[in-house]
Amino acid sequence: MADWTRRKFLVASSTVGGALAVPVARGDAAAGAKAQSAEALAASGNLDMTLRINGADHRVSVDPRTTLLDTLREHVGLTGTKKGCDHGQCGACTVLLDGIRVLSCLTLAAMVGNRAVTSIEGLAAGDGTLHPMQQAFIDHDAFQCGYCTPGQIISAVACVKEGHAESAPEIREYMSGNLCRCAAYPNIVAAIEQAKPRMGSA
Amino acid sequence: MRPFSYQRATDTSSAIKSALKIAPDRAQPPVLAPGQYLAGGTTILDLMKLDVMRPQVLVDINPLQQSDRASTIEVGDKGVRFGALVRMAQAADHADIRRDYPVIADSLQLAASAQLRNMASLSGNILQRTRCHYFRDTSWSQCNKRMPGSGCAALEGVNCQHAVLGADDDCVALYPGDFAQALIALDANVEVTGINGNRTIPFAGFHRRPAGSPHIETVLSPGDLITAITVPAGPWTRRSLYLKIRDRESYQFALASAAVALDMDGDTVRTARIALGGVATVPWRAREAEAELEGQRLNESTAAKAAEAAFVEARTLKHNAYKVPLGKRTLTRALLAAARMEV
Repeated sequence: MADWTRRKFLVASSTVGGALAVPVARGDAAAGAKAQSAEALAASGNLDMTLRINGADHRVSVDPRTTLLDTLREHVGLTGTKKGCDHGQCGACTVLLDGIRVLSCLTLAAMVGNRAVTSIEGLAAGDGTLHPMQQAFIDHDAFQCGYCTPGQIISAVACVKEGHAESAPEIREYMSGNLCRCAAYPNIVAAIEQAKPRMGSA
Repeated sequence: MRPFSYQRATDTSSAIKSALKIAPDRAQPPVLAPGQYLAGGTTILDLMKLDVMRPQVLVDINPLQQSDRASTIEVGDKGVRFGALVRMAQAADHADIRRDYPVIADSLQLAASAQLRNMASLSGNILQRTRCHYFRDTSWSQCNKRMPGSGCAALEGVNCQHAVLGADDDCVALYPGDFAQALIALDANVEVTGINGNRTIPFAGFHRRPAGSPHIETVLSPGDLITAITVPAGPWTRRSLYLKIRDRESYQFALASAAVALDMDGDTVRTARIALGGVATVPWRAREAEAELEGQRLNESTAAKAAEAAFVEARTLKHNAYKVPLGKRTLTRALLAAARMEV
């Protein structure tokens, strides 16, 4: 167990949890429609697809209802992307599709097609060097509990690349889709201001 | 979420066929039809998770982005054409739209979050459904919009976010959008294709007031697919803006908003185009206010008089009476700000 990190442990347990959670979620959804839903499910079946995630192809077979968020977390084992509200209100699930920030909780895996998915796991360099935005969040203590942080960092990277980080008020406006219940907002703005000139072509 | 069959559209006519694969009840409005279109997904997937919408077939129309001018913005002398699958951010950031139709750019910019603006299509945006809690929460047994004939829990419930204009005893749910206010002010049109061919619907006649059937929100029929939104040019479009008043400074629905476009001769109003958001059951054109202003010099007193006229029909509930004075002040401020614009 010596080389077991907390992250490895969490990923392993979430994979087990995910394997259990999927049929449970299906049972919940089907409860209202009973036998009829079972038929529809059998008729529609799973969708097989290849998703390009953080530069690697992943083959998945998912129920059509599966969001990109649940696909990342429960089928690919990338648990960095977080589920907050699951209704497009909090921004915790933000990922990039071809560099554009979107909410993975309101995107079906089936809608992704051949667009490249970038999640928080895809930001650091191959040698482990953190992305300037990740380093800036650490330098500025831009979080407390950390739950919204992956979404904040992904959104912040896009905010800078869009050219919407020219001033603190502009950063606040363009980051308003990422809620932080610990209210680390001033530190998040400071982190983005630090990372912006360091991002270059990163 | 209930199970559904996922279909990917290859062209417009196959999309319509897929949406109608399970025959809809012709008496039902398209929002209750078994086949639904999927564009940005920001409304329908949310409402499917809440079990408010229960489609059996979801037709993904995003592949149509590649064809038929569906994702292009065309600006010309006669006006603008927005392809149905243009994303909110794409229109909000468009240089010509920002310069020549600022009310459109503002209304999109002030709506939603950066992520949602990247996802949501313009055609889906105008079909965005109400945020009324009694509609969105299926544990409430009364909602005429969700379950026709069941009653309206908002009338005696918490109704601080509900409409003061265009409401009746059947439904007081607020139309939540911003872009639609710009469109109705500028006399936009919606281009639609369906099983019976193409037609053009004036935006002012696109949404329906509750009037006995609040579950029928638009004049669309099942299978109808919006292909474009067009906005005619006019001497008022450059001097235009959208003012949105909210509980939070960003990423929040309007408590009250105003879309204003003015054609001025010095400080005299030649033509005024005015719409109100955050206060009505449908996108709301304030023609009484426009009539008050035309031919008048625009100042604080005439602007306030126009705002009074806009709310003559207002009917308030227990918790939403604040929307009347707030709506008037919002419109007054928007008119004065538009008059000061350098165009």
